Amino acid sequence: MSELSWWILAACLTAYAIKICGYFVPRKVLDSPTMSHVAATLTIALLASLVTVNAFTSGQELVIDARIGALAAAIIALIFKAPYLVVVITGALAAILLRATGMAA
Amino acid sequence: MPGMRSSRLTPATKMGLSIAIATGLYGISFGALAIAAGLNLWQTIALSALMFTGGSQFAFIGVISGGGAASAAFSAASLLGIRNAVYGMQIKQALRPRGRHVPWMAQVTIDESTAVSLGQADADEKRRGFFSAGVGVYVLWNFFTIAGALLGERMGDPAAWGLDGAAVAAFIGLLWPRLKAMEPVLVALAAAVVTAIAVPLTSPGLPILITASCAAVYALATGRRSKPATEHGELQNVREDRA
Repeated sequence: MSELSWWILAACLTAYAIKICGYFVPRKVLDSPTMSHVAATLTIALLASLVTVNAFTSGQELVIDARIGALAAAIIALIFKAPYLVVVITGALAAILLRATGMAA
Repeated sequence: MPGMRSSRLTPATKMGLSIAIATGLYGISFGALAIAAGLNLWQTIALSALMFTGGSQFAFIGVISGGGAASAAFSAASLLGIRNAVYGMQIKQALRPRGRHVPWMAQVTIDESTAVSLGQADADEKRRGFFSAGVGVYVLWNFFTIAGALLGERMGDPAAWGLDGAAVAAFIGLLWPRLKAMEPVLVALAAAVVTAIAVPLTSPGLPILITASCAAVYALATGRRSKPATEHGELQNVREDRA
């Protein structure tokens, strides 16, 4: 197996271990206000970070291209309460459209 | 699973199944994006069948597609999965499952099953909601992941199909339902700024982990103000509006 496959396997095992922790770790450890606050904050920060990396970066450079249009289109779809799949397709279509019309790289 | 009646669909079962269909369908986008990120078919299938927590799966391929190391992808996916431990604790408290059910219940303890379950009023409905959403999403998510991966293999250049735009939309779509108060919005904006500052300064993948560390430090410093997870129902709002 390739190195990537091993990391995938490790990540899968870790994900399961974390899930099962919720059932076996004594409640007072996990059910602290701090723990739930950390979990919620981490989730939001990681997703926001992933949005940024996928929308505005190319390697180690910050770039503006068709993906910012995809982000804007997706946000508009979300404001109109579109289902998730529609949001994803909207993002793809916006990127295609901006490139096809030459408005963005 | 005890408490399941086969004769008629209860409101919790209906809600669980409709969320399973809505969520399962976007397994297509995960499958296609995983292939576009450079994973092969089996690696993509493994992520959905074994990891089975959408946010972490998208995080893993998001780091890889950005040129990050596999170890950074592993870290981002694992950190994003921590919320599932909180969900497991809430489900254990709400359903009081027998020990022999815990191994498979843990695997389907995700955003959707937890939200549907905790959104119900009585114990049997909580159980049906967890079961229908958890197992339903598992089956459909894996099915559509394979469909998306096979589609992705035939697509060729990801940018030509707007798949890079789809990835951006996928992440904002996961984030959006969580931005229902001022604090999460500020956390998200601060995270975006920290990431943008870190990108030119560090190697790919690391900005996400630097941002996570900052968020953890911030949360630890401010954590005392919020209530224990089992005392509030905020979570139930996370995904229901999408069904």
